[in-house]
Amino acid sequence: MTMPAVEMTDIHKWFGSHHALRGIGLTVAAGERVVVCGPSGSGKSTLVRCINGLETFDEGRLSVNGIELADDPATLRRVRRSVGMVFQQFNLFPHLTVLENLCLAPVRAGGVARREAEDRARRYLERVRIPEQADKYPGQLSGGQQQRVAIARALCMEPAIMLFDEPTSALDPEMIKEVLDVIVELAGDGRTMICVTHEMGLARAMADRIVFMDEGRIVEAAAPDVFFTAPSSSRARLFLSRILHH
Amino acid sequence: MPRRGRSTVRPRALLWQALVLASAIALAAWLVSNTLDNLARRGIASGFGFLDSGAGFGIAMSLVEYSEASTFGRAFLVGLLNTLLVSAIGIVAATVLGFAIGVARVSSNWLLARLAGAYVETLRNIPLLLQIFFWYFAVLRALPAPGRSLELGGAIFLNNRGLYLPSGDFGTAIPTVVVGCAALLVAGLLMRRRPVAYGGAGALIVVLFVAALTADWQAPELRGFNFTGGLVVMPELVALAVALASYTAAFIAEVVRAGIQAVPRGQVEAARALALSRRDVMRLVVLPQAMRLIVPPLTNQYLNLTKNSSLAAAIAYPDLVSVFAGTVLNITGQAVEVIALTMAVYLAISLAIAAAMNLYNRSVAPRGA
Amino acid sequence: MAANAARWMRRNLFATPLQGLATLALAACLGAAAAPVLDWAVLSADWSGERRTDCTGGGACWVFIGARLGQFVYGFYPEAARWRVDLAAALVVAAGLVFAVPRLSRRGTVFGVCLVVAMVAAGALLAGGAIGLPAVSSRQWGGLMLTLVITVAGLAAAFPLGVLLALGRRSDMPVVRALCVAFIELWRGVPLITVLFMASVMLPLFLPEGAEVDRLLRALIGVSLFAAAYMAEVVRGGLQAVPRGQAEAAMALGLGYWRTMASVILPQALRHVIPGLINTVIGLFKDTTLVLVIGMFDFLGVVQVALTDPEWLGFALEGYVFAGLVYWIVCFGLSRLSLAIERRGAGAARGNSL
Repeated sequence: MTMPAVEMTDIHKWFGSHHALRGIGLTVAAGERVVVCGPSGSGKSTLVRCINGLETFDEGRLSVNGIELADDPATLRRVRRSVGMVFQQFNLFPHLTVLENLCLAPVRAGGVARREAEDRARRYLERVRIPEQADKYPGQLSGGQQQRVAIARALCMEPAIMLFDEPTSALDPEMIKEVLDVIVELAGDGRTMICVTHEMGLARAMADRIVFMDEGRIVEAAAPDVFFTAPSSSRARLFLSRILHH
Repeated sequence: MPRRGRSTVRPRALLWQALVLASAIALAAWLVSNTLDNLARRGIASGFGFLDSGAGFGIAMSLVEYSEASTFGRAFLVGLLNTLLVSAIGIVAATVLGFAIGVARVSSNWLLARLAGAYVETLRNIPLLLQIFFWYFAVLRALPAPGRSLELGGAIFLNNRGLYLPSGDFGTAIPTVVVGCAALLVAGLLMRRRPVAYGGAGALIVVLFVAALTADWQAPELRGFNFTGGLVVMPELVALAVALASYTAAFIAEVVRAGIQAVPRGQVEAARALALSRRDVMRLVVLPQAMRLIVPPLTNQYLNLTKNSSLAAAIAYPDLVSVFAGTVLNITGQAVEVIALTMAVYLAISLAIAAAMNLYNRSVAPRGA
Repeated sequence: MAANAARWMRRNLFATPLQGLATLALAACLGAAAAPVLDWAVLSADWSGERRTDCTGGGACWVFIGARLGQFVYGFYPEAARWRVDLAAALVVAAGLVFAVPRLSRRGTVFGVCLVVAMVAAGALLAGGAIGLPAVSSRQWGGLMLTLVITVAGLAAAFPLGVLLALGRRSDMPVVRALCVAFIELWRGVPLITVLFMASVMLPLFLPEGAEVDRLLRALIGVSLFAAAYMAEVVRGGLQAVPRGQAEAAMALGLGYWRTMASVILPQALRHVIPGLINTVIGLFKDTTLVLVIGMFDFLGVVQVALTDPEWLGFALEGYVFAGLVYWIVCFGLSRLSLAIERRGAGAARGNSL
């Protein structure tokens, strides 16, 4: 049996006195595509950010591709080399061009030669359909273009796992589709993907499993067709009734 | 600001301004007439002719030729150069120290961050004059006599008479440095890629090193009770430079810290998610963005340091204020001209730095939509 | 508990081998430096006594400070009259506390009036002569008392002038704006020492024959003009932060310019820049040390003079450490106050947004 991509066992996290994650247990198989959803404050972002160590957890165990997450910087860097992340606010580096944004990490952290990194960068820019923007600065691009650059930047490290933290929530409505199309197309690559999102269309298009969270707990986890048509928990039913009306 | 309606209130605004202008002119006229009266009564001359008269006093340290037979104008120049000298030394030292402490303050090492914080909070809250006195009277005076100087490498000596450094005759080295720099400049322009910048800086250091080696050095030697040869830095300059540098470094550290912390957290998170090391995150992502926020208040601190160098008057370091607004004013009695000239110099420096700042701001305006 | 402490130490002190090494090196230096300092300052120091011969411990001679403390605080003020200084200080502090009285209507005006009255009374007490008390010339004022007089009086004059300058700088009338800009940039561009020289040497020239201006007054004028320029810039920042709509609403309600400024714009602007204003106060407090250069003996000045006393030679370190400590306590205290106000203000502002 192949090693699971992510294995979380009884994870607890507190922010001060607020119990954000309550005993999370989740196993994501290699190549599986998971969508995490739930009302705001349910801890979905926190859960995903624990996977690449941007949040630390107080109790429990978490292993990524067999590496146990610990506090020391060396382990964190090893994990982060194989986990890519796309943020809600894009977080592109404004003082570097698009190409430089993409090449920075492979050269500095991935040990890739500069020439090869540039080739790789241009390939991924093609993949996200904006090859002509390579020499522009992020400030000159639209929100949808910036997020696609951010996706390409994460891909340039050729990670085994891709995390998405509400990738379209900060975009104007007319730009959401272009980003969603890219994500759906990526889903066909066989890479492990974990995506926090409100866009249920995305879940239907590419998820193998939907994980529903509420108040720091995983309430329900099921395949999309089961989840959308016959959710077993009342909270999931309530959540779906609220968001699927439009 | 409430904008006044144009048609009805215009005449009132004009009236107000005319009144203000008239009062200002009247005040100025009254002051001027009083001044002329008083000057005449005390038999004090007017005008800047005194700058050509002989000074008749000595100056303890001067970067250009100066003797008691030189003019007051020359004394002005000597004072000005001394001010610029201590300011330049202070600015370089304060920048290096200030950046180091500022970065240390945001370090993840708790002990380092707290120590840096203690440095800043201590030095910022004690008057500069007291710090100058401390270094000059409590530290430098307490140093041993020349016979038992503190020494470094047999070529640098520190005692209560000053700091003794080896002096070098750079006659032969100067052409080497110039040619080397020119070559680097040409190479850099031709290739125009960033790795050359680092390579160029490294090559420059090598060139300077070679120049330093080929120069004709002369170390200070102890003869009898004092040193001969070499370069002597007077204790007043040492104390002033150390005090100015350490004091201003505390403020620069705060400016650097604020700039670094103003970079949005998302930038750091994205960089770390890409597996960049802590040092790379700081060097390649945070600091470049922070510099834009750091440079304006940084130049303000440089300006403050230059103005603060005027405290030299309190420990008799011959800077512009001490020599010109001090000694020369006492001798000639022409207070108005002397003080006006002194203030004009500092104003010119302030305006120059403000103009340079404006240019910088315009050139780094965020690129893009 | 212990596990938490161990984890904290591992993350914050020993995250990598290099970090750990740095921590150990720093801790070693700290320990090596702290021990002799502690010994000198506390353990081997002499605290009580009257004369130099009482300093036998080999450490710091705090007897020196104790013996001259009166002079450090009151300067050369006659001993018998020192109660006047205490009373003057109490009056001004009391007026200051008026500002903190809760639920006070027209707080600004009441505070202003109280402060002015207190300062006039304090001035009369200190100077004497007029109200039946023996006169004490300003040449005898010195020490901490003089530092505080210069700070408080300088601030009291600089603040209203600074506000006026800031308003003038944002005025629509070009003449007024030009004059204010020139005034502000002039005083901000030159060192305080030159301003003090100018006030002390040139002021007598500016005034008609026979007008004698007291030395202290000259210094105060110089300090006030200097501080006013810096305050003007701070207040201007606050004015810029007040939304345009505020002034527009006030005008729509029919309020005139001065009434708008006083009741609507300035209270908001000033609240924004309290930290900046306190910074100016701290700067002014430190700058009072410069009056030494024009022959007045503030707190640092009397300490410096005491160091030249033949009976107490060689205690420069004790003197400077003591003076430094006093200045540090005041300035650090003020900066903490500013932080506290900033934090409270931020909370209140959040609460106020509807």
